[in-house]
Amino acid sequence: MNRTLYGNLIFELSKKGRKGYSLPQDYDRTHTTAELPAALRRKEAARLPECDELTVVRHYTNLSHNNFGVNDGFYPLGSCTMKYNPVINEDIAGMKAFAGLHPLQPAVTCQGALEVYYNLQESLAELAGLKEFTLNPCAGAHGELTGLMVIRSYHESRKDAARTKVLIPDSAHGTNPASAAVCGLEVVEVKSLADGTVDVEHLRELLSEMGSEVAGMMMTNPNTLGIFEPRVLEITEMVHKAGGLMYYDGANLNALLGECRPGDMGFDVMHINLHKTFSTPHGGGGPGSGPVGVREGLEQFLPTPRVKKVVVNYDIPEDGPTEWEGFIVDWGTDSSLGSVGNFFGNFGVMLKAYTYILSLGNENIKQVGPLATLNANYIKERLKGDYLLPIKGLCKHEVVFDGLADKSTGVTTMDVAKRLLDYGYHAPTIYFPLLFHESLMIEPTENESKETIDAFIDVMHKIAEEAKTDPELVKTAPHNTPIGRVDDVLAAKQPVTTYWKMLGNE
Amino acid sequence: MYKYFPHTEEDLQEMLKATGVKSVHDLFADIPEAARFKRDYELPEALSETDLRLFFEQLTALGNTQQLVCFAGAGCYDHYAPSVVQNLIQRSEFLTSYTPYQAEISQGTLHYIFEYQSMIAELTGMDIANASMYDGATATAEAAMMAWGNAKKANCVLVSETVDPKVRRVVETYAHFHGFPIQLVPAENGVLNRSALDKEIAEGGVAGLIVQQPNYYGIVEDYTGIADAIHEQKGIFVVNANPSDLAILKTPAEWGADVAVGEGQSLGIPMTFGGPGVGYMACTEKLMRKLPGRIVGQTLDNRGQRAFVLTLQAREQHIRRQKATSNICSNQSLMALYVTIYLSLMGKEGLREVAEMSYAGAHSLRDKLIATGKFKETFPGQPFFNEFCVDYEGNLDALLDECTANGYLAGVKVGEKTLMLAVTEQRSTEEIDELVEIIQQFKEEEA
Amino acid sequence: MAKFEEGLRYSESHEYIRVEGEYGFVGISDYAQHALGNVVYVDMPEVDDEVTAGEEFGAVESVKAASDLISPVSGTVVEVNEALEDKPELLNEDAFANWIIKVQLSDKSELENLMDAKAYEAFCAE
Repeated sequence: MNRTLYGNLIFELSKKGRKGYSLPQDYDRTHTTAELPAALRRKEAARLPECDELTVVRHYTNLSHNNFGVNDGFYPLGSCTMKYNPVINEDIAGMKAFAGLHPLQPAVTCQGALEVYYNLQESLAELAGLKEFTLNPCAGAHGELTGLMVIRSYHESRKDAARTKVLIPDSAHGTNPASAAVCGLEVVEVKSLADGTVDVEHLRELLSEMGSEVAGMMMTNPNTLGIFEPRVLEITEMVHKAGGLMYYDGANLNALLGECRPGDMGFDVMHINLHKTFSTPHGGGGPGSGPVGVREGLEQFLPTPRVKKVVVNYDIPEDGPTEWEGFIVDWGTDSSLGSVGNFFGNFGVMLKAYTYILSLGNENIKQVGPLATLNANYIKERLKGDYLLPIKGLCKHEVVFDGLADKSTGVTTMDVAKRLLDYGYHAPTIYFPLLFHESLMIEPTENESKETIDAFIDVMHKIAEEAKTDPELVKTAPHNTPIGRVDDVLAAKQPVTTYWKMLGNE
Repeated sequence: MYKYFPHTEEDLQEMLKATGVKSVHDLFADIPEAARFKRDYELPEALSETDLRLFFEQLTALGNTQQLVCFAGAGCYDHYAPSVVQNLIQRSEFLTSYTPYQAEISQGTLHYIFEYQSMIAELTGMDIANASMYDGATATAEAAMMAWGNAKKANCVLVSETVDPKVRRVVETYAHFHGFPIQLVPAENGVLNRSALDKEIAEGGVAGLIVQQPNYYGIVEDYTGIADAIHEQKGIFVVNANPSDLAILKTPAEWGADVAVGEGQSLGIPMTFGGPGVGYMACTEKLMRKLPGRIVGQTLDNRGQRAFVLTLQAREQHIRRQKATSNICSNQSLMALYVTIYLSLMGKEGLREVAEMSYAGAHSLRDKLIATGKFKETFPGQPFFNEFCVDYEGNLDALLDECTANGYLAGVKVGEKTLMLAVTEQRSTEEIDELVEIIQQFKEEEA
Repeated sequence: MAKFEEGLRYSESHEYIRVEGEYGFVGISDYAQHALGNVVYVDMPEVDDEVTAGEEFGAVESVKAASDLISPVSGTVVEVNEALEDKPELLNEDAFANWIIKVQLSDKSELENLMDAKAYEAFCAE
């Protein structure tokens, strides 16, 4: 990463008449858009940039130099599972045979693609301990929404539609209640105990009070503090007994690969973030993929289209009966909850995830959870002196500190995070979970070596020391990045969100 | 040892010791015995990189996954993208970064999203665009929820029958669970039936209307006067438009739209079996704080430099939880980058040229198909852009099979006898002529 | 230190109301603006909208937080403080001088459910 700001916008490099493309010129010009009535055409041409090719190449290359990715350095962003994104995944996803496929071409002409799709569904089902998966959802939040739609469809099918409440621990990620609200469900918060785990007694009270209205409960396990919910079996049983279904938020699934499966804990519906657990790149915010899995008895509610394996028997006059085994696309099922996207979801992302699964294979996948968890616990043990560890005991793939142990310096979690940028690290997740005032959440992933982690730990200690000896240095960090801290208030108070608005304000 | 795991035996021992446990499995001692997974996964054994390549090559060989000469559209288009796009997309600083929360080390992402928002605003004519959505269908569903949420007293959101049925199905799915009714406004000769619309509006309680441009059948509809009628009801007018065609076509803003949405795949993104694409979403300044998704804005840093940052975050799930405008956390950032680089290269003239070529190709193909005598126009007299419908006299399935056998994807079947074909600048005159020739030569076998 | 202005009535959700005859001016307390930090946007209802005691009528946003505005009384909005549209920071400068909505009260007895300055100060200290 470059430490000075490049700062240009492509519009500022534009000059009238320049071109960055070439198109064939020998086409039939019998018809032109001038045939369209003027009332259907735009009045003025869109002010898109006019740039030559090299200008565009340099511009985006320079912009990339002001960005920090996993390939640049350690990225311990809690709850985001910033693992290595293998290069082979990109090669496979970029194969012309896949990139050039139209989603509506006949199934017989894309059996290879459908096979990957089907096999990924099956692999995820095995890894999750559930019956079937849909790969249609495009992200984790999209998966949550789809999963909740499955739960509601289940209750609707049983004429039990009065179940409109969903129980969510107060430690949950903000997407859980937001997804519930989009799905038309009313959120009821379940309290956490001091150790961050679900208050089972409070859950019991809620269930006895409103059990017949409960559609289900959403849970993240390990929870957002990186702690495994020890009473999960009791919880799933209680909710089932009340007639609700259990939803597993797969945000933290990485910790459990090899050790524990959501289906075996009693969950009925879940999503998996392929961009976390299955190594597909985050791409600056997307595209992700959020497959949703369900227990047997719920698969008929999954959204369409569905990719299915079938055996068809033909009777060809000369050859006699012939069996064809292959894959088809089922575009509509009456019991289905509906559809949640244009086509089949983010197929390009699925290719990367499936490549990753095949690459690791059975023998290596089961190492993922243990190694990620070891890395996190190692960090926890080595930082717990200088940083306040609010919850003792084992963590899973991530650890949460409540800021510096020594609060007297006035150096906040925000300051520590910003100072880390100076040392060439991405910051951990900060101020989440909300249970602590100064949350600092570190997730190392299984790909990081002891040397990388030791170096990070040394820097964290150094920052703790700086906080005592030179607090101003930390409070004013970062110093060594393309830009310093930004004025969030200015951005929100006078929103300038386009170049055109920027021009107008000058 | 495995290539993605750096832990040597010595590392493991030292780390276990520092952690105070004997084996990595002891780190899971807090998991109840009954929930522990004790067997092996039923998954294949690890493949070497060589074997992986071989596996995927075999999977796509022998016509098992066949790239056809594409005359299909219906929401996914085979446009050309300059080599530069794919090359720059692969830069790991873009590819392997997260959502740009840490503005100090994310100016690359924040700059290009700002450019993307500016380009979408310019193409649609709207004031503000978000940093992108999953796809065109979900962006449309978000617009429906926005209309519903904005209405004080309403009993439905109207959707034109000429909106892509796949998109309608998504809108209906979201609406069903979110809890508001969708009222379909019927079509006549391939376009929105205005008297039916007037009747719906006269009944009142309309939170909004969703239309598509060009519509599902490729027809460029005349939406004159609709915005005013909807606004009189205090409803929101939503136009789902193909952004590629907006180089030429009247913008959603010029139609009076409050919200513009659509699928951005046609702007430089490979088809890849339908995803990932990118949904765009733009609106008027008045609705800015109701817009879902990420938004990037300009600001200053403490050194006085112009900088960009995620802004208006109080709308979002991580602050508002169940009261957020939407549950969306992603933006399809990398796909927005495809669009941004594509539009930077194509620029003002290039996008128009793409539109002209696609228009010319589609109209030429239509003329030639009609000239075979085997087709009739499904919607006579309706203006279209680069996609159109024709009715086939004979067995349409058999005809399509014949085209497929010859390596052509001759469009998408949208009715028992109706075929919808799309032409982009990628389709040469030779390919158009060959498709027509295959169809001309095709004789249905006697049953 | 937050100020607690005498003569106003306060709610547990930190709105105040200054009653003048049939009308009430509703805003957020100084304590609330302190807790929120820099206010960047105020989402206000429209004139003629009905508000109900205990129900939300808008929201106040800072950069990292958003807080719903809960009406302390029922009635009809007769005026909104348009100055806040361009200058939301007025709430930080003087929360009591810058009310958010003016309401024609429909049930003055609701005022009895609210706290006076002393009680509110004690409530905030809890």
